[in-house]
Amino acid sequence: MSDNGSNGTGFIGASLKRKEDARFLTGRGRYTDDINLPGQLYAHLLRSTVAHADLASVDTSAAEAAPGVHAVFTGPDMEGVGGIPTGWLIHSKDGSPMVEPAHPPMAVGKVRHVGEIVAIVVAETRVQAREAAALIDIDYQELPAVASLAAARADGAPKVWDEADGNLCYDWEVGDRAAAEDAIAGAAHTVSIDVVNQRLVPNAIEPRAAIGSFDPTTDVYTLYTTSQNPHLIRLLLGAFVLGLPEHKLRIVAPDVGGGFGSKIPHYAEEAIITWTAGRLGRPVKWTSDRSEAFVSDTQGRDHISTATLGLDEDGKFVGLKVSTQANLGAYLSTFATCVPTYLYGILFAGPYTTPAIYCEVEGVFTNTVPVDALRGAGRPEATYLLERLVDKAAAATGIDRVDIRRRNFIREFPYQTPVALQYDQGDYDATLDLALEASDWDGFEARRSEAAGRGKLRGIGISTFIEACGIAPSAVVGSLGARAGLYEVGSVRVHPTGSVSVFTGTHSHGQGHETTFAQIVAETLGVDFEAVDVVHGDTGAIPFGMGTYGSRSLAVGGTAIYNAVQKVIAKGKKIAAHLLEASEEDIEFANGNFTVAGTDRSKSIGEVALTAYVPHNYPEGLEPGLEETAFYDPLNFTFPAGTHVAEVEVDPETGVVELVAVTGADDVGRIINPMIVNGQLHGGLAHGIGQALLEHCEYDAEGQLVTGSYMSYTMPRAGDLPNFNINHNTTHCTHNPLGVKGVGEVGSIGVPPAVINAVVDALSPLGVTHIEMPATSQRVWQAIQAAQAQD
Amino acid sequence: MDDFQYHAPSSVDGVLSALRGADDGKVLAGGMSLVPVLKLGLAAPSDLVSLRNVPGLSDIEDHGHCLKIGACCTHAQVAASSVVQERIPALAVMAGRIGDPQVRNCGTIGGSVAHNDPAADYPAACVGLGATIITDRRKISSDDFFGSMFETALEEDELIRAVCFPIVARAAYAKFENPASKYAVAGVMVAEGDDGVRVAVTGAGAGVFRVAEMEAALADDFSADAVAGIGVSADGLLSDNVAGAEYRAHLVTVMAKRAVEACG
Repeated sequence: MSDNGSNGTGFIGASLKRKEDARFLTGRGRYTDDINLPGQLYAHLLRSTVAHADLASVDTSAAEAAPGVHAVFTGPDMEGVGGIPTGWLIHSKDGSPMVEPAHPPMAVGKVRHVGEIVAIVVAETRVQAREAAALIDIDYQELPAVASLAAARADGAPKVWDEADGNLCYDWEVGDRAAAEDAIAGAAHTVSIDVVNQRLVPNAIEPRAAIGSFDPTTDVYTLYTTSQNPHLIRLLLGAFVLGLPEHKLRIVAPDVGGGFGSKIPHYAEEAIITWTAGRLGRPVKWTSDRSEAFVSDTQGRDHISTATLGLDEDGKFVGLKVSTQANLGAYLSTFATCVPTYLYGILFAGPYTTPAIYCEVEGVFTNTVPVDALRGAGRPEATYLLERLVDKAAAATGIDRVDIRRRNFIREFPYQTPVALQYDQGDYDATLDLALEASDWDGFEARRSEAAGRGKLRGIGISTFIEACGIAPSAVVGSLGARAGLYEVGSVRVHPTGSVSVFTGTHSHGQGHETTFAQIVAETLGVDFEAVDVVHGDTGAIPFGMGTYGSRSLAVGGTAIYNAVQKVIAKGKKIAAHLLEASEEDIEFANGNFTVAGTDRSKSIGEVALTAYVPHNYPEGLEPGLEETAFYDPLNFTFPAGTHVAEVEVDPETGVVELVAVTGADDVGRIINPMIVNGQLHGGLAHGIGQALLEHCEYDAEGQLVTGSYMSYTMPRAGDLPNFNINHNTTHCTHNPLGVKGVGEVGSIGVPPAVINAVVDALSPLGVTHIEMPATSQRVWQAIQAAQAQD
Repeated sequence: MDDFQYHAPSSVDGVLSALRGADDGKVLAGGMSLVPVLKLGLAAPSDLVSLRNVPGLSDIEDHGHCLKIGACCTHAQVAASSVVQERIPALAVMAGRIGDPQVRNCGTIGGSVAHNDPAADYPAACVGLGATIITDRRKISSDDFFGSMFETALEEDELIRAVCFPIVARAAYAKFENPASKYAVAGVMVAEGDDGVRVAVTGAGAGVFRVAEMEAALADDFSADAVAGIGVSADGLLSDNVAGAEYRAHLVTVMAKRAVEACG
């Protein structure tokens, strides 16, 4: 066997067609809403239409009397049920713990955002439930709301929570403040920037859904739910909310149509539906519609930051200070608190050797939908700020944009950053060189001139970035406040006739795990790709797991599977040695065969498996069966890195930005399936381009969502995107056996600053120095007007 | 969506009698605006009367001096019609840019005109080209037909049968679309025909409107430069998260210029 598990069978590195696509493309996927249980009732969740109000009264009597209605419950009915927990405890600068308000599943006494659940109506049909809900009479005594960071932090602002002065959840910091400030004070050049990282709606194609049921013969509750991490839901729902032990609560997350982070959190809906099913003794189904998703799925980003970078006379970065306000929404969602802190502040070294870095973050409550992870989760916000600041530094010092990056690259590994992370490996020059060549960076001025002849302003932009993925070493995150370990679990069951079932605690909701993981097992175990099936998404079937987010599935979950395979091989060697009447130490395993070293005597994995299950002739003391489980706790984060280049043309009359070229040069670690990796890159790029140019979740001052449908919230469409020029330069992760890093979030992290840098480059001849995301036509037009007014 | 009574009569008279017999009847002619409104519970008509089974409403006829387009012609049908492409190419181009393929394959000219969404494209095409709306009982000039948003000259039980577009010397439509909804933020139809130059704007105001100053300038000098310096007032223009009134006013001039350029 060669390095990194290759067995010469060619499955690793091959663009095999995805096993799961046959069912998805023929409409045979099985999503939560496709499942119907005998006796199932339907729930409608009545949601607040105002952002902040006392619930003077909630009269459900007419709804209870409506046709087909079985029950109506409101917040007080769930008294005694626990609140929805938060997964990460953050401490403020002064050592005090964050403000962690109660989070009852349904509103009690007060509502704090549009979309908060006030009541559940359960009826024979979906329509009956909805029509009955319309009969509920709610007397909202409206209170002043704070819908933005500025409003929430203003003097005398209305309070979302009585216990949170200034609407502050925490005031966190990382890095050495004095060192950073001293370095900046003594710097030859300083450059500052104010940036907004706008709020986004995740928009998974499958809206959330849940079916709760209770089996009185076993006392087991089952919840079907649209989750990225069923075991985590079982942990939070069972231990914190309903008080159910693990063996009495089964969570099934079947086919799930996209998550992007919005299906990580444990949602109130999951608790309410499970609890209601138990109360009524009947299965209860709830399916969100798109309008409901806009006000009930967690949202992403929403930062305001100011930052200063100090540079020496040679353009070397000497100090960086970042101050950020992060909008957490009205309630603390599962990972709301760690996304703008430990997934954000620790990224500010980027690929650069900046020796002194300090970042402080205020987590702020507002009367808006809770904010949680969204593809990249903290890392896009950090990367955008840093790469905009580096471009401003280049402009301020007169150093070329590429050169200033190159002057600051980290080149010696491992590299300890001033903000906690230690990078194990990388080659930032290689991806930069590749991107410059692939994008024909040097030929740009000719293209700019040609565009000018057509009346267009053409610009080119670059971003060089790293990620921290493969979340995460449990001891490290535990010391930082995580309330869970972040290892992963893989089980490999070799069946008597040699086929294999693989059980993973990660969850596939678009990533193609059923294919990628099968490739790893087929390669390392030397069996047919078709003989391997991957099972995920059911706590009743899988030993344990932490789920899929933070580009962790391959690096952490894949490694667990790989390690389980190694255990299977180790046991197989014992069996083969017995069958071959050889010493275990003399058995070599390759291409699915156990061979006595230096001979042609061998037994196939199939023969060994059959022997393990029909152990008539079997090693003494060895357990029958061939099934192994591995728990893998990563030693470090993984650090994918890359360079993205964007090229735009701006119509100066209308302000319309056309994205004409995107080039990526990425180091995502070892690639198992290039087609799937490129698909992930394409999806992430579309997501990042959506943030840069199109998407913006806006609330009005009263906390009403202005962009609550696809008529006003602009998702990227195929026509908005150029063909992507994707290139790879691979270095292997040093601390997992597969050498893999992660790819799912690359585009959403790397490309937004490249696009905005390109827009600013296009507009710089007019004197424009910054433009906020999304760079909509109106914003660009206004920036041009403002710049011209200054002339 | 609340319950409603569905009718699909096979004649215009059947449609009219169904409408008259309903408490609150609405004509269904594609449903691209009406169905979303019903879905969101913003309207709850007692009866929906579909035109699906009424024959003769989907024809496109060349009458020499004008094209008569049946009320139930879909946008896709108009866009793809060789007669329209040859006789009034601007109309075909305009229809081909409405919404998205699904909308173009269901939505109809009659439905769009009767609905009079302030951001729809057809009102600008009708007013700009000087079209005549033919109903079951009369002919109404476009200038008289379109009121403020969602208002028209139609009576409660009046049904559009066709729209007649005069053949013009030249015409073009320039549209700045909302990136999310694909509705017009500023859509301008410029046409030069027997009765002079017409400039009609949709998307920017509370309803389609003509820009007399541009029409006069173009009658004098049919060139992009002639309208480049003519602005419309931002007062009373629409404002939303995509475009404020000032930007919309600016876009009206830019689109007018581009429409003139496209006239060739």
